[in-house]
Amino acid sequence: MKENQKTYWKGIEQLTNEPSFVKNAEKEFPEYLPINENGEGSSNRRDFLKLMGFGIAAASLAACEAPVRKAIPYLNKPVDVDPSIPNYYASTYVNGGDAVSVVVKTREGRPIKIEGNKFSSMTKGGTNAQVEASVLSLYDKERLVGPKKAGSKIDWETLDKEVIAKLGEISAKGGQIRIVSNSVLSPTTKRAIGEFTANYPTAQHISYDSSSAYGISEGNRRSFGTSMVPSYDFSKAKTIVSVGADFLGTWISPIEFTKQYSQTRKISAEHREMSRHYQFESNLSLTGANADYRTGIRPSQAGPLVAAIYNGIAAKAGQAKVSGGNAGDIAHLTAAINELWTNRGAGLVVSGSNDPVVQVLVNGINAMLGNYGATINVNAPLHFRQGDDQAMSSFVKDTNAGLIGAVIFFNCNPVYDSADGKALQAGLAKVSLKISTSDRMDETAALADYVAPDHHYLEQWNDVELRTGHFSLVQPTIAPLFSTRQAPETFLKWSGKTVEYYTYLQDNWRENFFTKQTDTSNFQTFWDKTLFDGVFETGGNSQAYTFDFSAVPAAATSIAQNYKSNGTGLELALYEKVTIGNGSMANNPWLQEASDPITKTTWDNYLTVSQAQAEEWGIKMDDGTTEKVTLSVGNTSVSLPVLIQPGQAAGTVGLALGYGRTSAGRVGNEVGVNAYPFITKLNGANVYDVFAGVSVEKTGESYRIAQTQTHQTYMGRANVIQESTLGEYKKDTKAGREYPLIYKEGEYIKPSKITLWKGHEYNNHHWGLAIDMNSCTGCAACTVACQAENNIPVVGKEEVLNRREMAWIRIDRYYSSDAPVDDLKALEKASENPEVTFQPMMCQHCNNAPCETVCPVAATTHSTEGLNQMTYNRCIGTRYCANNCPYKVRRFNWFKYHDNTKFDKNLSMNNDLGKMVLNPDVTVRARGVMEKCSMCVQRIQAGKLAAKREDRRPKDGEINMACASACPADAIIFGDLNDKNSRISQALKIQEKEDGQGATERVVEEDRAYHVLEEINVNPNVWYFTKIRNKEKQSTEA
Amino acid sequence: MQVTSSVRTPLITGGKTVHDVTEDICRQVEGKPSKSWLLGMGMALTAFGIGFIAVAATLWEGIGMWGLNKTVGWAWDITNFVWWVGIGHAGTLISAVLLLFRQKWRMAINRAAEAMTIFAVICAAMFPVLHMGRPWLGAYWALPLPNTFGSLWVNFNSPLLWDVFAISTYFSVSLVFWYIGLVPDFATIRDRATGVRKKIYGALSLGWNGAAKAWSRYESVSLILAGLATPLVLSVHTIVSFDFATSVIPGWHTTIFPPYFVAGAIFSGFAMVLTLMLVTRKLFKLEDYITIEHIGLMNIVITITGSIVGIAYITEFFVAWYSGVPAEQYAFFNRMQGPYWWAYWSMMTCNVISPQLFWFKKIRTNIAATFIISIIVNIGMWFERFVIIVTSLHRDYLPSSWAMFYPTVYDMGVYLFTFGLFFTAFLLFAKFFPVVNMAEIKSIVKSSSEKQTA
Repeated sequence: MKENQKTYWKGIEQLTNEPSFVKNAEKEFPEYLPINENGEGSSNRRDFLKLMGFGIAAASLAACEAPVRKAIPYLNKPVDVDPSIPNYYASTYVNGGDAVSVVVKTREGRPIKIEGNKFSSMTKGGTNAQVEASVLSLYDKERLVGPKKAGSKIDWETLDKEVIAKLGEISAKGGQIRIVSNSVLSPTTKRAIGEFTANYPTAQHISYDSSSAYGISEGNRRSFGTSMVPSYDFSKAKTIVSVGADFLGTWISPIEFTKQYSQTRKISAEHREMSRHYQFESNLSLTGANADYRTGIRPSQAGPLVAAIYNGIAAKAGQAKVSGGNAGDIAHLTAAINELWTNRGAGLVVSGSNDPVVQVLVNGINAMLGNYGATINVNAPLHFRQGDDQAMSSFVKDTNAGLIGAVIFFNCNPVYDSADGKALQAGLAKVSLKISTSDRMDETAALADYVAPDHHYLEQWNDVELRTGHFSLVQPTIAPLFSTRQAPETFLKWSGKTVEYYTYLQDNWRENFFTKQTDTSNFQTFWDKTLFDGVFETGGNSQAYTFDFSAVPAAATSIAQNYKSNGTGLELALYEKVTIGNGSMANNPWLQEASDPITKTTWDNYLTVSQAQAEEWGIKMDDGTTEKVTLSVGNTSVSLPVLIQPGQAAGTVGLALGYGRTSAGRVGNEVGVNAYPFITKLNGANVYDVFAGVSVEKTGESYRIAQTQTHQTYMGRANVIQESTLGEYKKDTKAGREYPLIYKEGEYIKPSKITLWKGHEYNNHHWGLAIDMNSCTGCAACTVACQAENNIPVVGKEEVLNRREMAWIRIDRYYSSDAPVDDLKALEKASENPEVTFQPMMCQHCNNAPCETVCPVAATTHSTEGLNQMTYNRCIGTRYCANNCPYKVRRFNWFKYHDNTKFDKNLSMNNDLGKMVLNPDVTVRARGVMEKCSMCVQRIQAGKLAAKREDRRPKDGEINMACASACPADAIIFGDLNDKNSRISQALKIQEKEDGQGATERVVEEDRAYHVLEEINVNPNVWYFTKIRNKEKQSTEA
Repeated sequence: MQVTSSVRTPLITGGKTVHDVTEDICRQVEGKPSKSWLLGMGMALTAFGIGFIAVAATLWEGIGMWGLNKTVGWAWDITNFVWWVGIGHAGTLISAVLLLFRQKWRMAINRAAEAMTIFAVICAAMFPVLHMGRPWLGAYWALPLPNTFGSLWVNFNSPLLWDVFAISTYFSVSLVFWYIGLVPDFATIRDRATGVRKKIYGALSLGWNGAAKAWSRYESVSLILAGLATPLVLSVHTIVSFDFATSVIPGWHTTIFPPYFVAGAIFSGFAMVLTLMLVTRKLFKLEDYITIEHIGLMNIVITITGSIVGIAYITEFFVAWYSGVPAEQYAFFNRMQGPYWWAYWSMMTCNVISPQLFWFKKIRTNIAATFIISIIVNIGMWFERFVIIVTSLHRDYLPSSWAMFYPTVYDMGVYLFTFGLFFTAFLLFAKFFPVVNMAEIKSIVKSSSEKQTA
């Protein structure tokens, strides 16, 4: 190249380097320019006007913000990045004590969608709402863009210097240093923290969890000698008894448990067995909603109830009984005990209580039943909840006593989300050095002297040990957006180690984990393979544990002392919502707007109150309009709205944690009330129940709660929900089915036999969905997955109140009613303790689509592959299609939701950073057009193209909808109905049959499969499978 | 000329001569606007102005300004549309059908009724455009225009498209019919006018010279247009009813809709004509042309059509019960006992009970009673459309999606806008156009007029 570079001279004078040339060479205009030609050299009036004119014009031009529309091709294209071709990277979602192995989809270097990692033996590709939403948090404008000192900018170097100096000073004086965090799952991070504590001898690491499982680990310490949360296997349990544990929604490892649990709920003509699930709880949880038998109990009954189960089993097992208080008469208790005993070794008793003594008894029950080693594995304990409530309490006490010199809050926010937040806030004033690694100025970081923001999990290298011997790698999918630094690297730096964390991580793996495998002797190969898979398993430990019964009597005595339920007075049960969780992701609008699976509310928390209680208080709830009350416990009181909740146990009220943030950001601030101050202490652990001293006073203030569904029951409509019991199903696989018939010319015929339509021919593919209502738990992962995949806007509370939420897939939640089917008024009221049915509802892609005929401009049409497709460009927005949709799944863009300051909570469409999360394959819809589920047509198209490039047919399972892929219960099957061997065809048992007139007809032979609203013969491509409950008899008519 | 029996009650009272007719009718056109007219115009323009803010906000911000939601996609917009179209029925019915039936009593009222029709149809046509999410495109994409988008064409299966044709045809025919009728009267005014007015009315009268040939052609054209317009009276509301009848929504999917809608339209149209005529009659002192006889006859039509509508309501209930379709049964149960029971019972009271009062001659020939009932009927007919549209939609098949509809000020504002538009247009018409067809009235002065007593 070099020798080809020629030099061109401007003229001979350059070559000869004449002095006159050289003098002017650097000037823009080497020749003399006649600018000030009017003699005197001063400007006159004309010049003034000219200049002013130019100045004004230039200033106003500069004021016009010209949109930046850069389209720059890669000069040097990165090897892995092809425009429009997505890349997938295995990584791990980490948020506090929660971690899930995921696969991150990136487009042009931007992570845009999180999928579950199918290689993980724990979550097996399942996700939940929070995992799906986490990608939006990466692009949160309110993350800190760099380190801060007392609220103002500082650079890392200065920060390091100052912090190291201060830490050294405190340490030298013998001042106590604490690192406070949630459960740390990363072994390498723990090692880095270890280096830090080694460097500063007075340093200690304290972990706590906002939703603590300290009771379980402490209970296990008393039972087995080791603090741990064992792993559970619900898939092997025939009888499941849960006392207040919301294991499908929020308890410890809900995705994993849902995966396992759903396996026991899948039934077919060949396999007519399913688990039986008893739930005893105060609030109606997601898990309770899925239980076969659910009994409402007061929180104060939970201890005695566990003791009663213990005694019941002990009587059968010939063990000594204990006196654990009186639980009173509890429905289904005896049946549960008997069944547990019958299914010894194939049952599971779990309790959501955080009281160690209750957990000791639960352990005792499982030990007597021989469930250890079968459904509970103590050799591979889960690492999600390692928090120590007692250590945290004493830390808070120490701060108030002025014993702490420095504290580092490592990605945690205890001022907001710990039981002692208020005390901590007061105590922090006495701590001389406070540092936070939070990604934003949260409640705790706001009080810190220094904030050294950590990377988002999608920007960092790390590792995670989900349970003993089960590792998952975190790999960055984008370069850090801001000047943040990984917290463990920060700790290393402050310990005097200047090592890049990536190297540190690899070194740790080389030393500790590489040696635990024998597949390869080359570390790089091992590393690459692990990185590709995302997960690495070595198996649990082989320590022998034996249950120690000696702790049981003391535990029972403690229960008898503390759990005194006299059946009167109000009790409060705190819980976490499936969507918003502990509130750490409160600034994520996808989670705020995701409809709570049970209450169907968005953007709020509220006091859940039983129907009887509300009647007693004279509070009515109509179309979301309710009243505010004042809830007081001791000195703490809040004013909050009441939500009437069927299934709420008598004498109890419920309140969700995770709301009432004050420094989360514009989305999360001032949404709901903070319930953390209501946490109480019992036996050294944080307990989320308040047994006494709860009072509620009416304020008379009216309030509207934004619900996406305001009608609770399905009005006995068998064309919507078809359900039965396992007993009936065993006798007849058509149990619960309704076959509508239409009278025509003297005979009753199937609705499909009368039609105006000629039908469609699908010569290539015919896409369809099969949805198993028996395995769907209603967890809302699909809803958020769809939101991320399909660029669905967030509309905010006001618009949800206006019933204009945009979700393409919603989960209809129906309660049963006690009323007879012909009493249409009474049917509107749910039972006190209703049966719950979840029905995911999205565009049914009708073959005789009512929407398609009525569109005046043919903007919605049928594809040659069975999809009902929406052409946004063509839509003029008459909304006739939405009116004529019997399933009401069409969504209209009432306003312009993108680039509109009125919808600034719609983060993904209203700022340049947020827009990075948009899926470039899906149009952002304009104002005034209709939209709806497209069956992820962009994924179908991508899958077909990939197959075409390889000159083959698309393989079944290769193309999957976002909802189906997210579903932790595998309740949604997507596939090609034309492919006889596809999972959907198999599930529906599709047969080709002669119709008697020479033509063949496709028949769905599966007895459980039905079309919602079959009688109007819109002939959907979506089938539902009947809901079967493992009950003796159907409790109600409707 | 026909001979009219002397026992028939005279259609024109006060012993008017042909010249009197010209004087009485032209007085309004030629005189200064009266105070009451100015007051009315002021009110109409205020309504128009306030309403325009709502229209502008809707166009600027989006349909979200209204109270619609995911479940109820149409409410006040289409209610108002059907209501105005219904009102726009009487004019053509009176002019065309009654012309064919040789009902001479129509002559005093047909001009104003036709004007009302045209303005009502214009108001109605506002809604299909305004209710679109993207009216700037929909306004012409809904038409089968050749385009450069490839083979992009309208969907002829859609009842909304049929609406486009039905309304536009009806509007054009009504407009032409109305204008043709105005031509001889414009000529009368022209002949009496001077200056600029003479030029304007001269242009409007299209060179009418009153020759026998012109009259002959005038009559043939009137007859042809009447023949064309008659099926339109039936077709327009039939097609509007298809918007609902061809759908799958319980409460909409009903085969009785076409006759029921046509009857309802005539019902409301006559009521509106009465409301307007009673005011015009009073203000413009036309008591001799629009007599109690006219009012009585129109009230009879109202009673008949009101009864048809009432029977249709009952038939719907019977069919819902007889069909054995639970969704259909619930839809009608919900109308009576659901959250919108008040709308249903308002409709029943206004539409079924109130017109039955006209069985009493005293009420039928009482101007005040007629005026009140005519307004009640129009309120009732608005509720009828509201009941059909909103109560059917708000609780259809899946209870999960059941929702309520709450109107916003913008819903009301847009409705107010059409009122402003309607009354502004009508008042302009009343001032500058002859409100009674002079030429036709003159043809019956001899045969059907009350003999001069003095």
